[in-house]
Amino acid sequence: MSELILLIPQLCLLLSALLILGYNTIFPKSTKLVILTGIAAIGSLGSISTAIFLSSSKLQLGSLFGGQIVVDGSSLFFVVIISSVTLLVSIASYDYINKLGNQAEYYSLLLLAATGMSLMASANSLVIAFVAMELASLPSYALVTYLKSNEGSTEAGLKYFLIGALSSAIFVYGSSLIYGATGSLGLSAISQSILYSSSISGLLGIGILMVIGGLAFKTASVPFHFWAPDAYEGAISPVSAFISSASKAAGFILAFRILIEAFPIDVVSTLGLDWTIAIQILAVLTMTLGNFAAVLQENVKRMLAYSSIGHAGYVLIGLAALTGSQDTLVIGASMMHLMIYGFMNTGAFLFIALAEHWDIGPTFKDYRGLGLKAPLVSVAMTIFLFSLAGLPTGGGFLTKYVLFMAAIGAGFWWLAAIGAINSALSLYFYSRMVKALWIDEPISDLNISSRRIPLGIYAAIFIAALITILSLPFFSIISDFAMTAANVLLS
Amino acid sequence: MLIELTILSAFFGGLFILLSSNENSPKLSFYLSLVPLLGTLIMWLNFDGSGNALISGSTIAFETYVSWMSLGPYSLNWHVGIDGISMPLLLLTSILTPLAILSAWTPITHRKSQFYGLILLIEAALFGVFVAFDFFVWFIFWEAVLIPMYFLIAIWGGTKRKRAAIKFFIYTNVASLIMFIGFIALIFGLGDSIQSLDLIEVSAALQADKLGGLGLLDSHTLKSMAFLAMFIGFGVKVPIVPFHTWLPEAHVEAPTPVSVILAGVLLKMGTYALLRFNFTLLADVAQKWASMIALVAVISVIYGAFLALAQTDLKRIIAYSSISSMGYVLLGLTTYTVYGLGGATFQMISHGLLSGLLFMSVGLIYNATHTRSIEDLSGLADRMPITSVIFIVGAFGYMGLPLMSGFAAELFIFLGAFGASFPYAKLYTALSMFGIVIVAGYLLLTIQRVFFGPFEVKGNPDLILPQIHDIIPLVIILLIIIALGIAPNIIFEMIQDAVEPLAFLFGGQSNV
Repeated sequence: MSELILLIPQLCLLLSALLILGYNTIFPKSTKLVILTGIAAIGSLGSISTAIFLSSSKLQLGSLFGGQIVVDGSSLFFVVIISSVTLLVSIASYDYINKLGNQAEYYSLLLLAATGMSLMASANSLVIAFVAMELASLPSYALVTYLKSNEGSTEAGLKYFLIGALSSAIFVYGSSLIYGATGSLGLSAISQSILYSSSISGLLGIGILMVIGGLAFKTASVPFHFWAPDAYEGAISPVSAFISSASKAAGFILAFRILIEAFPIDVVSTLGLDWTIAIQILAVLTMTLGNFAAVLQENVKRMLAYSSIGHAGYVLIGLAALTGSQDTLVIGASMMHLMIYGFMNTGAFLFIALAEHWDIGPTFKDYRGLGLKAPLVSVAMTIFLFSLAGLPTGGGFLTKYVLFMAAIGAGFWWLAAIGAINSALSLYFYSRMVKALWIDEPISDLNISSRRIPLGIYAAIFIAALITILSLPFFSIISDFAMTAANVLLS
Repeated sequence: MLIELTILSAFFGGLFILLSSNENSPKLSFYLSLVPLLGTLIMWLNFDGSGNALISGSTIAFETYVSWMSLGPYSLNWHVGIDGISMPLLLLTSILTPLAILSAWTPITHRKSQFYGLILLIEAALFGVFVAFDFFVWFIFWEAVLIPMYFLIAIWGGTKRKRAAIKFFIYTNVASLIMFIGFIALIFGLGDSIQSLDLIEVSAALQADKLGGLGLLDSHTLKSMAFLAMFIGFGVKVPIVPFHTWLPEAHVEAPTPVSVILAGVLLKMGTYALLRFNFTLLADVAQKWASMIALVAVISVIYGAFLALAQTDLKRIIAYSSISSMGYVLLGLTTYTVYGLGGATFQMISHGLLSGLLFMSVGLIYNATHTRSIEDLSGLADRMPITSVIFIVGAFGYMGLPLMSGFAAELFIFLGAFGASFPYAKLYTALSMFGIVIVAGYLLLTIQRVFFGPFEVKGNPDLILPQIHDIIPLVIILLIIIALGIAPNIIFEMIQDAVEPLAFLFGGQSNV
């Protein structure tokens, strides 16, 4: 029972998912969307606050259920990211899905996926990792196809599902190889058995590579990034926001934990299995491919999708530069970036959701002159975009430069240089959107004033914008939290 | 405390103007811009700093040091203060901003509140650049300057404004990234010898020769690479030939008041950072490479001047001649003499005022004639006497006429450069003096064509006479230029005090 106390953040999400299902069963005809939104919001808020409470309390954190699950600073850090994104998305969905039907299913799927993702943050064995990944993935597939009569949505969902299934299979197969080589599935047990046996490198190496591949799917990194642009474009924007921010964060904490705990560099490098080299290649490919492809997009959502791949590449620097010299700073910087990214990227996608609500078209051109018609949200969007590009309108500026700084400190100045080229490139496509909003000649038939004001989306965008801005002057709150999390993960 | 209040008054003033109405914003923003001016004047009158902030033995005026956060091995702090180098630049910024606002009243006709709001926001960011001593605090302000500037060029600029704006944006952003990598590599090369990214601490550690290697680079190579990265990074901002291509476009497309801020203050960010980072932190590399850098400076001087000679657009002429003038600053920096370094700093101020004056008078000509092409203009002196007189006086100041600030600045630089100890110093000085001849050439040519001869303007001129609020800024700038020319010591004393420790770093000569 005492073990469950540490899982309260996850249980909050699960409980609210079940509550929504229960409410819908008892009152199937109820159209009170505000109740569903309320439950989802309270559930995710509860998860955020309990996670923050646990991380600052004197309670003994550690592994539960015989080491299958671990609750520590790093898992709680990511629960905060995931639940914050869930909260923003829940609030914003209130207006968005108003007319779409199946609202209870939507919210419960959202919360179940969030439960899975927050469990991924705590997974301490390959089995739990897989189960949590599937718990996160299956509702996500359904969420992407939420507009089931829409061709784009179903196609996106199918693509997402097929690539997801493939990468899950690769992950499981990799896990089985690791099990075959080491005889254990618990992360610390794996590292122990690697330490004491030295004749297992071949099988283990393939296993590690396959596990990395499976994780690349969740984080939308090369080589399993293909699904991302289609899924984000086909899904409704709140879902795109959810998957691109929360799911990515969950994938990364799992990648951090598995690679650092099960295959510590100093242990595996003696076997010639230094996975940082693989990650370095993936990091370079991911950020370069993501940013270069984003330049070519005319569709704003696809631009954000590719830029989201690019950001996965920046975060991968955190794993790529683990050479022992600046490990805490490197991993900590990645975590900080994921935290701020959770807000700025969600905010940007929710702005697209708002535009869809106003029947604004999908390309850059369709946004021309929106800044003068809807100045407040456009300022918020500008803040998100510049922060994503690494300009000081928000914490994204600091996290990106701290990431580069950490990479240089670890001796990877070339990785930072490639990141810098990408960052400069990203300024081009992010500012295209800014240009459309503020600078280009307005389109004459853009009319948004007559519509009902979507309070939910507005609220979510403003919360995200406020946190993005404030995270710059009050960066120490996030950086301290992230550095503690990184320390725990590395010790 | 005064520094923070000054920055915040500009920042919140800017936000307030953004939310105000278009009708009120011009006047309101002018009044609000007087607050930071007042703050700066109070700081100037009560200035009690001495020495160079980055070299030990200095007293930093109005210093604040508050812990901000710790990042891995380093702590970051809100550390701001003023020394004899930053004080004149703060004065320049706070004087030019209200005057630029006045000069915007006529040409800026749409989206006024956004325009004036952004001008005040950029002022806040510029203040931050000149007062910050913590690297990340400084870097935030440094990058923050780009955002308002991008909008100011892209929304209120000429026909090719969008291209010019994005070029400026990306060019300078890439430069910042290169500089960042160079500086941070240096930081990690210093290893445990520093606990924070405070420039003062970094400087002390570097002077004490605590630099180790990083990765495969030994300390010597690391230092040189870092110097090069920062030189390129800041060189784009200055701009130094061959990194100058963004500047003419940005200048030509930007509206007059934005050109004033761009040439007057933004370019000085580059030379200020060069002085602080390359020429103070890595003074030994700078001195070793002095001859090479001086060559780059001379090329900037001559090439910029020749480019200016080839232009027919009045704004382009001033834009290219800015490149030339910034070359003098760089030449002054390489000398490591009190006169050279002091002259370079003095030239930053002098050029800020002179280029502001010339851009404003060109703006007045454009307001009246709707053209900036020399070929379309002739005999303006007859119809626009005040503007013509101011432009001509300003142009003579630009050429270095005695009793104006430009003369003092260039004299100091040449005095310093002649006394410099690196090879070919005298040759370079002579060559860069030749630059003045070219400057005089194109400015006299321009004056002759535009202001004298029979009156003729092609196109459809209104020839509205400038209003009093158009003329006031020009007169004020002119008075300051003359005041600085007659009595350079108003600010040179302070500058001299701040650059002396730098010149003496290598046992430099006292006055020559």
